[in-house]
Amino acid sequence: MSLSKVKHIVLVLSGKGGVGKSSVTTQLALSLSLAGHSVGVLDVDLTGPSIPRMFAIEDAKVTQAPGGWLPITVHEADASAGIGSLRVMSLGFLLPRRGDAVVWRGPKKTAMVRQFLNDVFWEETDYLLIDTPPGTSDEHISLAETLLQKARPDQLAGAVVVTTPQAVATADVRKELNFCAKTGIRVLGVVENMCGFVCPNCSECTNIFMSGGGEVMANDFGVLFLGRVPIDPQFLVLIETGKRPRYPEGTSVNGQDISTPANAVPENHEIRDSALLVRKYQDCSLTPIFAKITTDVISAVRQRNVV
Amino acid sequence: MAPSLEAPEAVQDVLANPLREKPNLVAPEPEHCPGPESEKAGVADSCAGCPNQKICAAAPKGPDPDIPLINARLAGIKHKILVLSGKGGVGKSTFTSLLAHAFATNPETMVGVMDTDICGPSIPKMLGVESETIHVSNAGWSPAWAMDNLAVMSIQFMLPNRDDAIIWRGPKKNGLIKQFLKDVEWGELDFLLVDTPPGTSDEHLSVNTFLKGSGIDGAVMITTPQEVALLDVRKEIDFCRKAGIRVLGIVENMSAFVCPKCTHTSEIFQATTGGGRALAAEMGIPFLGSVPLDPRIGMACDYGESFFDSFPDSPACKALRGVVRGLASQVNLDPNDIMPDA
Repeated sequence: MSLSKVKHIVLVLSGKGGVGKSSVTTQLALSLSLAGHSVGVLDVDLTGPSIPRMFAIEDAKVTQAPGGWLPITVHEADASAGIGSLRVMSLGFLLPRRGDAVVWRGPKKTAMVRQFLNDVFWEETDYLLIDTPPGTSDEHISLAETLLQKARPDQLAGAVVVTTPQAVATADVRKELNFCAKTGIRVLGVVENMCGFVCPNCSECTNIFMSGGGEVMANDFGVLFLGRVPIDPQFLVLIETGKRPRYPEGTSVNGQDISTPANAVPENHEIRDSALLVRKYQDCSLTPIFAKITTDVISAVRQRNVV
Repeated sequence: MAPSLEAPEAVQDVLANPLREKPNLVAPEPEHCPGPESEKAGVADSCAGCPNQKICAAAPKGPDPDIPLINARLAGIKHKILVLSGKGGVGKSTFTSLLAHAFATNPETMVGVMDTDICGPSIPKMLGVESETIHVSNAGWSPAWAMDNLAVMSIQFMLPNRDDAIIWRGPKKNGLIKQFLKDVEWGELDFLLVDTPPGTSDEHLSVNTFLKGSGIDGAVMITTPQEVALLDVRKEIDFCRKAGIRVLGIVENMSAFVCPKCTHTSEIFQATTGGGRALAAEMGIPFLGSVPLDPRIGMACDYGESFFDSFPDSPACKALRGVVRGLASQVNLDPNDIMPDA
């Protein structure tokens, strides 16, 4: 199996759509890479792949090697800067036109998920993150089946479950936690995404989708709560336009001043703008939050390997 | 074997036979093959001597025998509207429940809501009927009633425990959707709203097949402003085109956020590519309106209340009224009957 060089496989799951599975996957990947690990991202959302857009590599085409596909390289490892390599594979790369619908029934999706797991050549990879569609259906069953059968027990680290705070979302995500329990996939922890939005004008924090629902759910199920992630429009801008995040003076997140220093390189500076996504992400207010989440995920993964 | 994406069946094939498995052929199809899914499969002249003959002959043929039953059951429903989006979490269920409340404000109007999101049903919670169960009589399954004139059907009513995961593959989901249409006593309805899961897969194909016979008015497409969402919605519109479903219009949800403290407007999900309005123009589809992000909508949904009743004067409510009026005129109804200008 082409996953043989992968050390740890982490699934990113949620019962609910649009809670930020893909953006959490993206940020986990960037944070792991910043921590010096080599990372792979596999997008198995077959009817709505977002990962290529997230990494701004929509135009990339997959290379076919004898017997399999080669993932797309977002950036190579840079040992001097302590950054690990980042590679991505998604169905999005294989579609002829970006607006085309992929109208697939279950069995076809199952076959595709198997093929994705079997036929993509991952190089030496510390962490393989698998981004999933919402729900507990064909893709998830096939993923769980294939991984539980074929991956080495020490490879399948577990799942990071993403939710938003409101009750309508946690109701669906509770089902996903039960899915993990039934299929024997360990839950590494719960991330509460879109928790609060800080007004860029007056710094008032509004809990648009309420707050605390994810933590309550994690406690109910006895799983680790990894933390709250606020909404940061600058992160979306970074993804959508590649602009480096900038914050007005006095902006603080979790008590840390993250406003852009006045002596920073002015906006639209070409050299800065063409910098790697992972470099620009270092300026994002969410980076310290994800650095902590990543550390927790890594230690949760290690714990399991000790036991 | 080298992997390839060219193998998938043509979209038209999938749409024509959405619920049937392609038979597992043992040899490539011969030159004059009538098609393994056709009426003549296995019995045509050219099938003689083909290694697939037996397999093709044994495969089920013809239209689904349940479709006439479904058509009879749904004969009393005047308008059927689908709520679609390629993207998850953009507010399909929220909009479906708001629309249901809006239509149901007139006590004479009978409204039904069918939740086809099997793995993540949200409608029961949003309409405040989460703890209902289904009653079975000899006339069929009775839906749950959120109001005197608002019937709801969802898999949530069939679960022994609220948090149970429904770990089902496609064919089983299709079976349940069929039952929702065939066995549920919908009665005489003015509107049947069909809430769907994100994507373009089994649920969408079966809803389309089962409802085609009795006529679908069209689909409302929900999106959020950012390109990551529009990307998936574009695929959904492509699906509707190919399946012959009319798109009644696009609604842009979560378009702007007004800070409750300083009333500063922020575009949380920035429309870097023009948002829903630009997509509607690009695709030649009516744009029904943008609904601002209001935390109180989410709260009303969590408590199963009607946002229209709770906050009638909010900007979000005004925007929603405009959307409902636009939608009404798209299905050839007088907007003033449905949503009088307040």
